[in-house]
This record gives sequence, structure tokens and C-alpha cells, in this order.
Amino acid sequence: MKRVVQHHGAVCAVQINRREFLASSAAVGSLVVGFPLMAAAQNGQGAQAPEINAWVVVQPDEKIILRIARSEMGQGTLTGLAQLVAEELQCDWTRVTAEYPTPGNNLKRNRVWGNFSTGGSRGIRDSQEYVRKGGAAARMVLVQAAANEWAVPPSECSAEQGVISHRASGRRTTYGKVAAAAAQLTPPADVPLKDPKDWKLAGQPLARLDTVDKTTGKQIYGMDLSLPGMLHAAIRDCPVFGGKVLRFDAAAITNRRGVIKVLKVGDSAVAVIADTWWRAKTALDVLPITWDEGPNATVQQAQIDAFLTAGLSATEAAVGNSNGNAREVLANAAKRIEAVYAYPHQNHATMEPMNATALITLASTGASAGTVTRCEVWTPTQNGEAALAAAAEAAGLSPSQCEVYKLHLGGGFGRRGAVHDWVRQAVLIAREMPGVPVKLLWTREEDMTHGRYHPITQCKLQASWDDQGQVNALHMRLSGQSILASVAPQNMRDGKDPTAFQGLNAGGGEAMIGYSVPHLLIDHAIRNPHVPAGFWRGVNLNQNTIYLECFIDEMAHAMQQDPLVLRRSLMQKHPKHLAVLEAAAQRAGWGRPAPDVGGQKVFRGLAQTHGFGSYVAACAEVSVSSDGVLKVHRIVAATDPGHAVNPQQIEAQIEGSFVYGLSAALYGACTVKDGRIEQTNFDTYPSMRLAEAPQVESIIMPSGGFWGGVGEPTIAVAAPAVLNAIFAATGQRIRELPLSRHSLKRA
Amino acid sequence: MAQLLVNGVLRQHDAEPETPLLWVLREQLALTGTKYGCGVAQCGACTVHLDGVPVRSCVLPVSSVQAGQKITTIEALSPNGSHPLQKAWVQLDVPQCGFCQSGMLMAAAALLKEKPQPSDADIDATITNICRCGTFNRVRAAIKQAAGMAPPPAGAGAGQAAAQHAVIHLHRSST
Repeated sequence: MKRVVQHHGAVCAVQINRREFLASSAAVGSLVVGFPLMAAAQNGQGAQAPEINAWVVVQPDEKIILRIARSEMGQGTLTGLAQLVAEELQCDWTRVTAEYPTPGNNLKRNRVWGNFSTGGSRGIRDSQEYVRKGGAAARMVLVQAAANEWAVPPSECSAEQGVISHRASGRRTTYGKVAAAAAQLTPPADVPLKDPKDWKLAGQPLARLDTVDKTTGKQIYGMDLSLPGMLHAAIRDCPVFGGKVLRFDAAAITNRRGVIKVLKVGDSAVAVIADTWWRAKTALDVLPITWDEGPNATVQQAQIDAFLTAGLSATEAAVGNSNGNAREVLANAAKRIEAVYAYPHQNHATMEPMNATALITLASTGASAGTVTRCEVWTPTQNGEAALAAAAEAAGLSPSQCEVYKLHLGGGFGRRGAVHDWVRQAVLIAREMPGVPVKLLWTREEDMTHGRYHPITQCKLQASWDDQGQVNALHMRLSGQSILASVAPQNMRDGKDPTAFQGLNAGGGEAMIGYSVPHLLIDHAIRNPHVPAGFWRGVNLNQNTIYLECFIDEMAHAMQQDPLVLRRSLMQKHPKHLAVLEAAAQRAGWGRPAPDVGGQKVFRGLAQTHGFGSYVAACAEVSVSSDGVLKVHRIVAATDPGHAVNPQQIEAQIEGSFVYGLSAALYGACTVKDGRIEQTNFDTYPSMRLAEAPQVESIIMPSGGFWGGVGEPTIAVAAPAVLNAIFAATGQRIRELPLSRHSLKRA
Repeated sequence: MAQLLVNGVLRQHDAEPETPLLWVLREQLALTGTKYGCGVAQCGACTVHLDGVPVRSCVLPVSSVQAGQKITTIEALSPNGSHPLQKAWVQLDVPQCGFCQSGMLMAAAALLKEKPQPSDADIDATITNICRCGTFNRVRAAIKQAAGMAPPPAGAGAGQAAAQHAVIHLHRSST
């Protein structure tokens, strides 16, 4: 494996470790008295001034603190965004550290840091322009401050590596020395940005800013937070979605060691507060709880599947993409094929289960004495602002009376973004213990059975071609769950969920279909089971790409064409889609037989898509042994994200995408029995392990002119590339996931 | 008060005997580098060494640890992040979210102690930890690098190697 991680001169001390987190929290000035660590930090090194602007703090010792609003959850956005700011700031990268501004401060400062939401692979692409301007504007006022001191025009000065020079006189100073003066200057109105071709830091495979503490155990995740006097809570929500707590027998456990309180949380959950989490959890394990499981308690998986299957032939469906008259052409076609695919519910399964620590403060004096005046939450979240809103709602306060301190995420994958159910629970629990911080931690079992699941869908595809072998019609009928209907119904459009068509849209630059077909119809019959859906890394691009890319492969087989040749013929008007596909195919050696591995014949499969603004393709190489054992040997993956801010982190995202995507394809299924999710832990919801992980070769080919994301799109090509390779190896079409439901037989 | 020999220090705790070692480490001894991921010995995030042998501490009752048995957690894999695996992990930027990496490193360290030059099959068989971010390619590469079986990353010349040391030093002094 060839990889260059540039540690050149570089980088960081750590970022959001506990000390700095406490220091920056203290600087916010919002923490209750009685947190000695924070008080100490306030008097010590936590100095935040001078703030040059919202994005840049330059300390007198030349240390540069860059503010990063998006959440780091492994995807490298912290480092990438810091590179973009530093590129324009022209500071010394070795002195850079990063910190999170708080959502409460963002609110107070009229959202100066913009959107905190970290999902949809948007971290860099949606904020790159304003964070670069933040860096550039800071550089401009620092240079201006030096020019003022020297009484020369700033145009005669330049800045490099945090050193400002006046060419004519040879005078030099540093950012740290002029920072206080610069902080007083009016920000420039016009802030030009560098052409990306002139980048020196951005675009380089720099080492991440947050690696070292992750190798020593020092990195503090939400689960690891410790606050003075903190108590611990374990929770059990009704196993059936929509059910409620009928009663529980608190007396049965109140005498257990460490147990402090047993309480109902909302309508549907019961929590135990204890001095340690293990005592809370084991007490909850033996707490007698009677549930009112409600009408969903009779729902079985087969009913959900049948409900979706009926949608495949329903007359009403929202149209996402259409041209020509596909129905008519298909009805009259002599040469046509048809297939039905199915994709299950899946859990995000972040390595760190959901958790949050909440502290409710009561007014101690005045007319409002004894009423709730403040709510603070410490939690790993992909969206600090949404966490703040959830905390405020649960506390019955306005967001301005609340604060959220973002802690490091042990994985996000979409689970910690749109819905903050665990924050709501933590605040409701803390309301029962005012003045005491309470940390709520879910068990893995709670996490598995109370997710916001990858939507379940099916798809019926029909295609036809003429006597000359030209594809003339394609109809994709999606049937199944709408994420927006579950998570954000206000964003539905005339009964349509626009996100359901990811990767299948005619235009828009976000997630476009790469094929031109004279008669095309893509429509969606919404069928929402009672299992709550959520944004799951890759979102609807995942199943849509499986459906389309596997079916294109089916068409190629039926038409007796090479899968790459057929795709080429349909992709002539989609050069960027085609470019990544050609790159992956060529590097993999498509068209020539793959060399055997360990005496096994190796077969290839292709897939491509466009999603989250980026073009991606993969060529998978697999073997299937005589006893049906699948081995994914190598995957060559190509990505055109427009601009590549940190190529080695893009590689990491591509590599990881195959593990996440193939874990889902091979094993990922959450099924319903008696209204509840059957899978409870990694023994019943397996995840790919090292021995199964394919060798991944990445081709990063930014073509410029647009900004695409990298955390998600590649997941979508993982499964179809492998499924198409399995077909090449066995002649078996796997149309229902996960693969573990099928036995493979070598052809 | 019961006693445990953790990271070379005799530590006292008042956990019930059936409490898993993981929760004694995390809640009684403030050693939070060892993670809870599943509680059923599936994911390996809780891996520590018991007399040098990797164990999944989430299912190991603390009472089953014998007096004098040495427990080593990620915090003491090396005094200062200088274990060859930790260095390789930093050089190859292995972690993504990082949550599973303590367990991954402890499993890898036990492997290298047993087999200083592990084959791919050895790595496949012993590194069974779950990583949802999917760092496995880099985990494998870093194990080989730490074992001296792989050249430094392509393009890493003398200057860059020096820079890498500088970074490690920087990190040490800053934490």
C-alpha cells in the first residue's frame, strides 16, 4: 500500500482534549461555579484573545487557534477545514490548533459560524468559501496592523508562515505581535481568495490534527466525560416503537447499592440513576417494567415486506425523474427485462453508543427561585445547534438559556445528526436531579433497538431495447420508506420526498443519474412502516445505486454486451460520471482476465454513481470458493470531488466506505418481530472485520470547478460492484440484501 | 476494598465482585481509554492485557483477576506514546473516529509480542476487533510497519522522517 501522510513540519497539538475543552468552556463564561478545573483554566492558559475574527485567534506566543464549527467524527473534517483557513491565513501550520465554538455562542453571535450540521458530506463543501474568507480576512487585518505600525501601505507588505514583512525596508514582525492591534481593526469588505492551483497547505496530504490522543487513550469521547459530582443513568425505552410505560416497581431495586433514583422518562422510557453506570445498568436489568406496547406490537417483518411489495405496482407514486414515455415504450417492447430488488432496515451502529451528560440549574434567588434557569449538555453530536434545540425543548427553556458542549464522537454516520432523542432523554433525567450533572449512556442493546434506521425499500426495474441493441426505456419504481416523512416532514414537497431520488436526479449537481435513456421514469410509492427512519451514511444513494447499477449489469448480460461497453454507450452525455468509471476500470485491468489469487479464479464487477456532489466508481475483484465462500480481494475506487483538500484523508474515507458499505451488504439487516427490532448486538448484527476487508486502491481525480463531499458517496458503489462481481463469478443475481441470506454457488 | 495491579500500580476499588473489569477500570480507576462498545466480547474495544495476554474486559468479572496478575491498559502501552505501534499509527494516520483504536492497539501489541513478524494470516486471525469507520487497511499496514516489515510510506525521505519525529516530540511536549 502506497500512502504518503505528510507530517511536514506540522501540526497540531491536540484539539478537543479535555483540558482544552474545559478551557474553552470556561472562556464561554457560562459554567456553574463549583467546577474547579474550569475555574483554573479560566485563570490560566485558556486565554482566547486576541480574536482576529470568529474563525481565527492569534495568541501572543504565536499559537493559532482555528475555530471549526462542524463536528469531527472520524471523517477528517476538522483537519481539512483547518487547512483551508490556514491556507488563506498563511500562518505557521505547526502552531495551529483547532477548537469548537459552542452552539450557544453561535446563537449569541448571530450565527457567525454558520451551520453546525455535519452530515450529507457537507462539512467542507458547504463551508469552504466562508472559512477560507475567514482566514483571508484575518490575514488582511494582521498585515494592515503591521502596516499601520510601520506607517506604510499594506500593499507593500506580505505575510508568510505567520511572519509579516515590508519589502522596501526589510522590517519584519509576527502575527502574535500585531494580533492585539489587528483585533481592533474593521474587517475588510472585499476578501479575495486564492486560486486553488496556488494552494500550498490545502490539497496536501497533511497528517490529521487529532490522531495522537487516539493512540494513547487520552482522547475524551462523550462516554468518557467526568464532571465533579456527576451521577450516571441507564435507560430502557419501550422495545416496541410507539409503546409506553404502563408501570414499574421501583421498590424492587431502590435498595440496591448505588441506586439513587428510578424514574419515568417521557411516556415511553424508564431510567435508573446511580453512582456508577454499571450499578445503574444492572439495577435496570432487574427492574420489573410493564409496557403498553400499543398497536405496533403485532407487526411482523413479512407484513412490512408485503406492504412495500404492494407499492411496486401502486398507481400513485411521486415522480422524481422522467422523460419521454417509458410506460408505453416498455408495454410495447419486444426485448425487455424486469427485476425486483430489496434493501432492509439497518442500524448505524456507531462504536460509541448514544450518550449525553446534562446539568439543570435552578434559580437560587429572587421571585423565580427554584425554577429551572439553565440547561447545559455535553454530548457527541453531528449538529450542535440541533442538540441545543433538543435540550431547550426538553428543559422547557429558550435556547439562549441553554448550552451544548460538543464532545468527540465515537462515530456518527448520521445517527447523531437530525434527531437528538438521547439528548432529550438526558435532559429529562437531569431535570429530576437539579444541580447535579447526570451522564446518560445507552447500552449497545438499547442503541441497536432504538435506532433511526436506514430506510427499508424495494425497487422494481424494467428496461427495454430495440433491434439495434439501443436501450430505449427504463422504469424504476421505488417503494418504501421516506426519511423526510420520519425525520423532517416539513421538508416533504407535495407528498414527495426529494431525497428518495438521490443518484437518480436529472440535474441539480448533487446526486445525478449518469445515464441517458430516451424514455425514462423514476417514481416512488411512499410506504412508511412504524420503524423510525433516519439519515444513514450514504442515505438513499446506497440502495438507489445498488438497484440501478446491478440492473444495468443485468441489462448488459441480457443484451450480451460488456457491462463497461453498455455503460459507455449510455453515459456519453455524462462525461464526469464516465471519467471515474473509466479510471477505475482501467486501473483494475477491466477487459483482461484478473490473475488468480490463492488458486481461486477472480472476477470483476463495476459500479458508478454521483452523490453528495462527487462522482465515484468502483471495480471490485472477488472470488467464490467451491464451497461458496466469498472473498473480496481488491477494490479500485475512483473519486472526483472537484477539489481535494486532504488527499490522504479522502483515501481514508474511501477505504472506510467499503467497510461500512460492505458490512451493510454482507450482514446488515434489522428485522421486526412483534413490533420490535430483533437484532440486539454485534453477534446478531455483524460488522465486517479486518480479515474480510478488501485491499482498496484509491484514485483521486479532482477536476475542479465544483466542491463534492467524500464521506459518503463511495459507500453506494461498494455493494453493487461486489454484487456484479459475484454474478460474474457465480451467475447468481443477488437482489435482496443482505448477502448473508443467500448461499453462493460457484458457476 | 479490593486491589488490582493496574499499569504497575496497586489500585483499590469498591466494585462488586461480578462487575466486569472494564467498568472497574473506567468508573473506579478513571482509566477511560478502554472503551465500552458491546458488553458481550464481540467488538474488542475493551481489550486490555492480563499478564500480557489480550482479554475482553467487558465480560471479565473483576473477581476473576487473581492477586498479582498484571493488568495493562492503553494508558500504559508505553509511557509516552512511543510504542512502535503507536508511532506507526501516528505515521500512517490510522484512526478515524478513534473509538475502537485503544482496543485495536492492545490487540496488535499482544500479537507483536507473540509474533514479532506476523503474517497476513496471523493478523487476520488475531485482529478481530470491530471498526465501523473501516480503518482495517491502515491497521494492517501499521502493524507491518511497526514490525519493521514494511518500508516507511512512499515518498517519506530522510527529511520527512525527521519531520515525523518532530511531530511526535511536539505531541509529547504538548500533552
